[in-house]
Amino acid sequence: MVEDSTSDVLRAPLTLEYPFTRTTGPVVGGFLTGLREGMVLGAKRADGTVMCPPLEYDPITSDAITELVEIGQSGTVTTWTWNGEPRKQQPFGQPFAWAMITLDGADTPMLHGVFVEGPDDMSTGMRVTVQWREEREGHIADIAGFVPEGQE
Amino acid sequence: MRDIAVVASMQRQEPSIDNESEVEYMVPLMHGVKESIGITQADVGFTCSGSSDFIAGQAFSFVMTVDGANPVPPISESHVEMDGAWALYEAWVKMQMGEVDIALIYGYSKSSGGSLRDVLATQMDPYYVAPLWPDAFAIEALAARQMIESGKVSLERLAEVASRSREHAANNPHAVRTAQKSVADIMAESPIMDPLRPSDIPASADGGCALILAAGDRAKELCERPAWIKGIDHRTDAHTLGVRDLTTSMSARIAGEKAGVGNDKVDFAELYAPFTTSEVLLTDALGLGDDTVINPSGGTLGAHTMMASGLIRIAEAAQRITNGDGDRAVATAGSGPNLQQNLVCVLEGE
Repeated sequence: MVEDSTSDVLRAPLTLEYPFTRTTGPVVGGFLTGLREGMVLGAKRADGTVMCPPLEYDPITSDAITELVEIGQSGTVTTWTWNGEPRKQQPFGQPFAWAMITLDGADTPMLHGVFVEGPDDMSTGMRVTVQWREEREGHIADIAGFVPEGQE
Repeated sequence: MRDIAVVASMQRQEPSIDNESEVEYMVPLMHGVKESIGITQADVGFTCSGSSDFIAGQAFSFVMTVDGANPVPPISESHVEMDGAWALYEAWVKMQMGEVDIALIYGYSKSSGGSLRDVLATQMDPYYVAPLWPDAFAIEALAARQMIESGKVSLERLAEVASRSREHAANNPHAVRTAQKSVADIMAESPIMDPLRPSDIPASADGGCALILAAGDRAKELCERPAWIKGIDHRTDAHTLGVRDLTTSMSARIAGEKAGVGNDKVDFAELYAPFTTSEVLLTDALGLGDDTVINPSGGTLGAHTMMASGLIRIAEAAQRITNGDGDRAVATAGSGPNLQQNLVCVLEGE
């Protein structure tokens, strides 16, 4: 009989992985390549509105979308929350605010981090600007985060 | 359409189930629910389950649980990597085809082994969102602020939802968050993820639920007052947060209409609403009024077992109908960030 004691429970580290690589295709790949080059691209829908980040299809009509257009690198916060204790996997390395940001020239907001001192510096409607990472590889974290406009 | 009803259910939820594997704690539920109405696996025409390898930390983890169902001689079974409520939906469709009269459905997870709020980041868009690892509380907080700033809800109303859920949970032996808190107490809580407070977030639990569906006369033989499924439908919103209006739930509204929620009065509703904000979205989307008792079990603010909470909502609603506490109920299940996907089930007693 094994005694019912936690000291008898064998323990081993377990790392969950997704050990596949994927090609990102012309739309997602186009956006990520743009980030590497320091540009932000959005996807133009049939009704003329622009989604950023770009989807490969229109979420309402399901039409395929292939036209990418360059949009602005500053935008407006539409909602936010304060992430006071960065979680270990997050790429920001410091306390930050999560925010949905509608970039100039886009009609839909994207999720990213905003670097400010604390939640008192955040508000819906505030203007923020992209802060690029020095070394970029075609990844959403090529944008290090956003900073209040005028503080870049 | 065939008449199909919930005739029995059994659940277990605890803050943390230590020293028992998912299989070990599910076997007593899977067999207990059959024994409670005097049937065996040989009477079951279809077995269907819902669980998650990402939470179990193991590929094909559900296969070992199927082994616990007594699958010899071979049984007809299926699994969804979703809440058990979608396993129930698959079984309901199979029963509509007329070849099965009794189905066993179960859903479960043991999320206490990891950090569920972080594991849930893996369900986000893999290119644009998941690499940033927004945890589940942060994602809901973004919607909560929009709901508050647009005037859709107030912090006071959210506190009322949380306080009432605790009050109801106190009468539920399976609830894990039963300490009573007044609206004023909750208003005084410090945010865990601004504007969400500790009482606004789900009461995480380990556990599972097993449930039996039966058709027509078989249901009447097995249960004195079966809870008949009068309507069931599920819909999904877009995956990308930025293209959705996070202050409404289009998928819940459409599923509610298709399931016929508004066709008659609703005595009570068991809503899969992990956050207080989710409950406000759902009551609005389903058009539930003040004459409907919301979450008499305490809901997922009383106990939230990922992959089973939706099935448990159906089980709770059905049990109340069987007990004669009401005649018509709505149960919902949800999945994805900000209630991206919603299943709505209307249950009635005769």
